[in-house]
Amino acid sequence: MSSAPNDAFEPRITAFVCNWCTYTGADLAGTSRLQMAPNARIIRLPCTGRIDPLFIVKAFERGADGVIVSGCHPADCHYTSGNYHARRRFALFRELAAFLGIDPRRITFSWVSASEGGKWRDVVNETVARVRELGPFTAYRELAGTRPCAAGAHELGGIHAGAEGSREQAAR
Amino acid sequence: MQELRDLASRLLGDGTVGVVVGYEEGPRGVRPAFVTDAADADRLVFDRRCVQNLAVYLSPRRGHLARLGKKAVVVKGCDARAVAGLLREKQIARQDVVVLGVRCGGVLRHESGNGEALTAQTVADRCSGCDCREPRLADHVVGDLPPSPPVSTRRADRMEEIERMSPQERWDRWQRELQRCVRCHACREVCPMCFCERCVADKTVPSWIESSPHGRGNLAWHLTRALHQAGRCCDCGECERACPANIPLGLLNRKLAQVVEERFGYRVTDDPAVPAPIGRYEPNDAQEFIL
Repeated sequence: MSSAPNDAFEPRITAFVCNWCTYTGADLAGTSRLQMAPNARIIRLPCTGRIDPLFIVKAFERGADGVIVSGCHPADCHYTSGNYHARRRFALFRELAAFLGIDPRRITFSWVSASEGGKWRDVVNETVARVRELGPFTAYRELAGTRPCAAGAHELGGIHAGAEGSREQAAR
Repeated sequence: MQELRDLASRLLGDGTVGVVVGYEEGPRGVRPAFVTDAADADRLVFDRRCVQNLAVYLSPRRGHLARLGKKAVVVKGCDARAVAGLLREKQIARQDVVVLGVRCGGVLRHESGNGEALTAQTVADRCSGCDCREPRLADHVVGDLPPSPPVSTRRADRMEEIERMSPQERWDRWQRELQRCVRCHACREVCPMCFCERCVADKTVPSWIESSPHGRGNLAWHLTRALHQAGRCCDCGECERACPANIPLGLLNRKLAQVVEERFGYRVTDDPAVPAPIGRYEPNDAQEFIL
């Protein structure tokens, strides 16, 4: 992160998760005190079916180095079929992004249920390790018009921007 | 050609349709023509320069054309797939349009190709391996069935070239292409399957796709445009032809058509009864990319 006092690269991961399974699973990982990489910023949505591929594009535009998309296992969707529709959509997005030169290793798709706190930890840790190896996604950030984005990730959702910003200031 | 003119003249004369959308000679090759008077039907032409996909004039976005009355539209077999797409997605009703199919043996890459013969170098990319010389979705079919168009491997070669590249090389290649985009959205306007009343690219609050022509917005736009055409694109090549910056948009469409066929077993067709692959799912769709 450019705002970090030293130059060590810390991957910035944006995680789009569904409210019913993965968010609860991530919550379980927290309450179970599982140790995991702190790099993922979670954005909670009602369903993976609500995740437009443009969300992922926006995350990269605003400085994410990697993205996680996670929701309910097939047949477990709270809305019956949202994850099935999402699966088709992301299959296409992933291949098109790869064709355009966005390394597919920067994007992780997973099914994590409300009881799989351990799996969530693994998904986050694996993604962070992989993106750490790939390095910062400077190619995307350097596209014309991109501001150096110390505050980039905070602009992404908007909802939690204030809270995260003040937390970071308090840490300093 | 006289067969087409007679047919148009008859349809206009007996009041079956209010306008025939076809092709006519223009100052720079053929251009779309809107014939509303039976006596004018002699303007209509059809030959290998008729590259335009006139199905775009059926799109509900072209509401102003409705004032001319019921439409008859001249389509080649490949254009009929766009008509089928509009029917499939309930954008038009079958009884509201008369489809005049023309048998076609391939078209040139550009509408202005004066006297150019149809060869592997001049033929449009989509014509290679054409399986729709005979328009099946037509109320009337005119012309004799010409021989198959010459085969060109140009598009397949370019696809292969990109598939061989590393992610970094692909990125550099596409950035070189996309940096020329001026965001005129001609690719959208010319596309018969881009029928949203309000495009996500025009939305400003929030601004999902930045509208100024810079790398970030250009990538978001072209990614989104291609993605929204997945399983919908009729492969008429109009986006690429209309592009003033000469961006190979057809390659993006082609890539997604391949993925849709491999993964969902769907191939663009002129049968409106075949359901679209998006907005639908199979519980056992492949998910090898999901942890």
